[in-house]
Amino acid sequence: MDALKQHKGLVYPLNRANVDTDQIIPKQFLKRISRQGFGQYLFYNWRYDDKDRPRPDFSLNHPKYQNASILVGGENFGCGSSREHAPWALEDFGFKIIIAPSFADIFFNNCTKNGILPVVLKEAETQQLIKNAEADQYHLTVDLETKKVYDNVGFEASFEIADYPRQMLLNGWDEISVTLTYDDKIAAFEKEHLVY
Amino acid sequence: MTKPKTIIEKIWDKNVVFEEAGKPALLYIDLHLVHEVTSPQAFEGLRLKGRKVRQPKRTFATMDHNVPTTHTNVIKDEISKLQMDTLKHNCDEFGVPLAGMGHKHQGIVHVIGPELGLTQPGKTIVCGDSHTSTHGAFGALAFGIGTSEVEHVLATQTIWQAKPKTLNVKIDGNLGLGVTAKDLVLALIAKYGVNFGTGYVIEYTGEAVRNLSMEGRMTICNMSIEAGARAGLVSPDQTTIDFLVGREHTPDGELFEQAKTDWLALATDDGASYDRTVTLDASEVEPQVTWGTNPSQCLSVNGVIPHPDQAQDDNQRNEIKHALEYMGLEPNTPITSVPIEHVFIGSCTNSRLQDLEQAASVIKGRKVNKGVHAIVVPGSQTVKQKAEEKGLDKLFIEAGFEWREPGCSMCLAMNGDIVPAGERCASTSNRNFEGRQGTDARTHLVSPEMATAAAIAGHFVDVRTFEL
Ligand code: SF4
Repeated sequence: MDALKQHKGLVYPLNRANVDTDQIIPKQFLKRISRQGFGQYLFYNWRYDDKDRPRPDFSLNHPKYQNASILVGGENFGCGSSREHAPWALEDFGFKIIIAPSFADIFFNNCTKNGILPVVLKEAETQQLIKNAEADQYHLTVDLETKKVYDNVGFEASFEIADYPRQMLLNGWDEISVTLTYDDKIAAFEKEHLVY
Repeated sequence: MTKPKTIIEKIWDKNVVFEEAGKPALLYIDLHLVHEVTSPQAFEGLRLKGRKVRQPKRTFATMDHNVPTTHTNVIKDEISKLQMDTLKHNCDEFGVPLAGMGHKHQGIVHVIGPELGLTQPGKTIVCGDSHTSTHGAFGALAFGIGTSEVEHVLATQTIWQAKPKTLNVKIDGNLGLGVTAKDLVLALIAKYGVNFGTGYVIEYTGEAVRNLSMEGRMTICNMSIEAGARAGLVSPDQTTIDFLVGREHTPDGELFEQAKTDWLALATDDGASYDRTVTLDASEVEPQVTWGTNPSQCLSVNGVIPHPDQAQDDNQRNEIKHALEYMGLEPNTPITSVPIEHVFIGSCTNSRLQDLEQAASVIKGRKVNKGVHAIVVPGSQTVKQKAEEKGLDKLFIEAGFEWREPGCSMCLAMNGDIVPAGERCASTSNRNFEGRQGTDARTHLVSPEMATAAAIAGHFVDVRTFEL
C-alpha cells in the first residue's frame, strides 16, 4: 500500500445519500479472482445503459470530471455489503479520497485498508463542496497529517480520524506484517483460550 | 460485587489478546467462515507472501453465492465455476475444511454455521460477508469483514477492533398472529432508519425476543447490518441450549454440561448498562412490505405508498422521489393493489426449515397465481433434506412453486437466478437495493408467509385476512 500524506485532486460530486455497495460495484462483476481491474465497472448501472453504452446524463461520464480523484458523497456512504470490491473499484478508477457526512462501518475500514482515505465532514461542508464541484472544475487538498481539507479560494475544514487507520495510511503499512510482530502474544493467548 | 456487564463486554474481555490505550484491540477470532466470493484475493495474498492459515480447524468454508440452484452438476457460467474451483483449490492447499458443491452440508454460510453447531455462544465469528451478524442469535459476537481482513484472520486468527459501543434494542409485547420476526425487524428499521446502529453492537432484549425461536432470532440478527450495526446478538437462554444439543460440532456428554454452564453465564447481567437504548412494542407490529430501495422504506401491509411531500426535508424528498421512480410506484397507492411477477422464498434471512414450514402453511391447497413465477430455495442441503422428509417440497410443487437446490440464489442474483428489468418480486431476503435482484429489478421485502400469500394472490395481501 502506498503512503498517503497529502493529496490534491479534482473533485467529483455525487449528491446522493445511502450509496450502497451494489451501486458502487454491481455483483455481476464480483466473480474475478484478482484484485485488479475493477475500476471499469465502478457505478456500472449508473454509468452504462443495458446495451453497455455510456449514459450521457450520469455525471461521472462528463468530460469535466475525467481524472477526478476525490469523491464527495452523501450520508451513509458505502452501506450494504462487506465486499471489498467496492473500494477496489473506487481505487482502481482513480479515487484516493472519499468525503461524506457519514460512512458505513465496514466500508470505512475497507477503504483505509486499501489506501483510500475516507473523510467525514459536516453535512453543510460536504454540501458546499458538492455545490462548488457541480458549478465548475474544482480542486481540493486533503492533508492527513494536519487533518485538514482546503481549497485555494478560502474553504477550510478539519476532520477527525482514529489514530490507528491514520498511521496505517500515512506509512502505507501492511497490517498483517504489523500483527505478526505480536505472534508470541497470540500464541500465549491461544494456549489459555477455551473454545468448545 | 463486580460491575454488571453486557454479553458484548463479556465476550470482548474474554477474547482480547492485546490492548493499548487509544488503539484498537487485537481480538482473537474463534470461528472464521469462508465462501467463494470474498476469499480468492485473500488466499492469493497469503500465497504471495508465503504465509499459512494459522488455524485451519477454526476455519470453515462453503460455496453459496454463485452456486446454481438448478442442475447443480452443470455450472454454465465459466467465471462462477472458476471462483468455485479456486475455493476448492485454496482449501486443499491450505487445509481448510470445505462443504463444497455436492457435499451433504453445503449451503448458505449463515445457515450451515448454526446448523452444524459451529456457531456457539460466546464465540467471536467473522466472515467476508455482512450478514455474519446472523450468528449473533446464539450470543456470539459475529460480524462481517472485508477481504483484506479475511486475509488478516487467515494469517493471524485475530483482527484489530475498536471496542464497540452497545445498543440495547428492547422489544416488549407479543407478536400478533401472522406477524413474524421478519416483520419485527423491518418495522424496527422503518422506525429508526438504516443507520441507527452504525458504530454499535446491538443486543436484542425484551419479552418478544425471548419468545422467538432460534430461527426468528437469526432473522432479526441477520438484518442488524441493515440498521447499520455490524453485529447484533441475543443473550443465550434455554432456547439456545435446546437448539445446540447434539449438533455435529457441539460438544457432548459432560463437556456439553460444562459448555452449557459457561454459555448461560454469558447472558447480560441484571443492571448492566448500554450506551444507548431504543424500544419497540411488538404488539403494534403488523405484517410489513418494503416499497422503496432501502429496507427502511417500509410500510404496514395496510398502508399506502408515501408521497414525496410527506418528507421532512429536501434530501428525504429526493430520496422518496428517486425510489418511487425506480420502483415504478405512484404515491398514495395501497400496497395491496401492487401486482407482482416473482416470488423468492430463500436467503440467509428466511430459508431455514421453520421459514419454509411457515411459508408452506399459507398454501392450504391453493395455487400460485398465473402471472407469478415463484421459487423456493432452501438454505442448505440439510434444510432441503429435512423439508423433503416433511413433504414440504410436494406442497410447494403442487401449488406451482419451483423447488430448488440450496444457495444464495435470487437474494443477490449472482448465480443467474435474476428478476428481469422492470419486474417486481416479493422476496424474503434482506436487501431491496437498486439492482440487487437484477438490473432494474424491483424488490419488496416480506416475511415467508407474506411471500406465499402474494404468490397466490398475485399482489401483496395481508396474510392475516388471507387465511380466512
Ligand atoms: S443469502 Fe444473500 S445476504 Fe445471505 S449470504 Fe447469501 S447473498 Fe448474502
